[in-house]
Amino acid sequence: MEYISLITGFIMLMIGLWGILTQKNIIKIIISFTIFDSAINIIIISIGYISGRTAPILDKAVPVKDAVTKIVDPIPQALVLTSIVISLGVTALMLAYALKLHKYKNTLEINKFKDLKW
Amino acid sequence: MVRKFLIFILLATFSVIFINLYQDFKGQDKLNDLSTYYAENEPQELGAQNIVTSIVVTYRGFDTLGEVTILFLAASIIGFFLKIKESDKNKKRELRKTSEILETASKILVPLIFLLGVYVFANGHLTPGGGFQGGAIMASGMVLMLLANPEKDVKHSLFSGIESISGFTYVILGLLGIYFAYGFLDNRVLPLGQFGNIFSAGLIPVIYTFIGLKVGSELTNIVGNLKETQKETE
Repeated sequence: MEYISLITGFIMLMIGLWGILTQKNIIKIIISFTIFDSAINIIIISIGYISGRTAPILDKAVPVKDAVTKIVDPIPQALVLTSIVISLGVTALMLAYALKLHKYKNTLEINKFKDLKW
Repeated sequence: MVRKFLIFILLATFSVIFINLYQDFKGQDKLNDLSTYYAENEPQELGAQNIVTSIVVTYRGFDTLGEVTILFLAASIIGFFLKIKESDKNKKRELRKTSEILETASKILVPLIFLLGVYVFANGHLTPGGGFQGGAIMASGMVLMLLANPEKDVKHSLFSGIESISGFTYVILGLLGIYFAYGFLDNRVLPLGQFGNIFSAGLIPVIYTFIGLKVGSELTNIVGNLKETQKETE
């Protein structure tokens, strides 16, 4: 039970990967990508977890003197902020391309777009 | 059929890898050296209650500057990519009238959502939150406004103005650190103040306010662009 977020992350990662590989609708593929992103963020956060400790905020619960023995690793959390912002940019770009593709062929079925297929 | 089989093999391989990773995973039992340094010295050095914020804005401030640039790039590529013809811009779309519940609720909720956004980015150095989160909350308020009045357009010039001014100010504040403190994006330009107070941690709340404004206006611009393409003639 201690690493439940790690298991959740791996399961979500598999769901996202499955969605990317099997779905035919472009919007569903984009949703799978966002699930994949969130899964990776959850995994990074759970790697920094130390059992029995609390968030790295030095308020009443965590006196400044005992900070080292009471907080989880703050660095993965700072990195995940960057990763969330990047996944937001990627998702917005994918949605813009999906809009354009829909304008171009009036469909979102990925099998109908064969221009680059050989 | 072959395709399905290959997908199955790929997923099965990944599950085996993950199960092995999970079984061999041993969490840390104490902080590593860098985190220990942050936990021990951050309150005296930077005076921010939230250690994650102090890492994001000051210790790794350069990284955050790059992050803001990535968001700006994404927003401007979308603006360029979804550009519509001038003749299409003033077209009226035939839309169903907004329901009264949404219209009334948005009038009450939008100011409150904005207030929450400002609270989140002004308290970024004390509580969980910060510029990116607060900006996203403010943009969600703008989305609610757009849903309630679908005929209205996002004023791109206004939001681009806010965005460029706050981005520029962010870099200027970073440069002030070189002259008045110990390096680029150093927060000790202003006095550190009382630990745990809202006016503490030097430049961190100021920088986060500008990041919040920048992120909020960028996200609003993206949503506005996505909305406007629907006017385009087929």
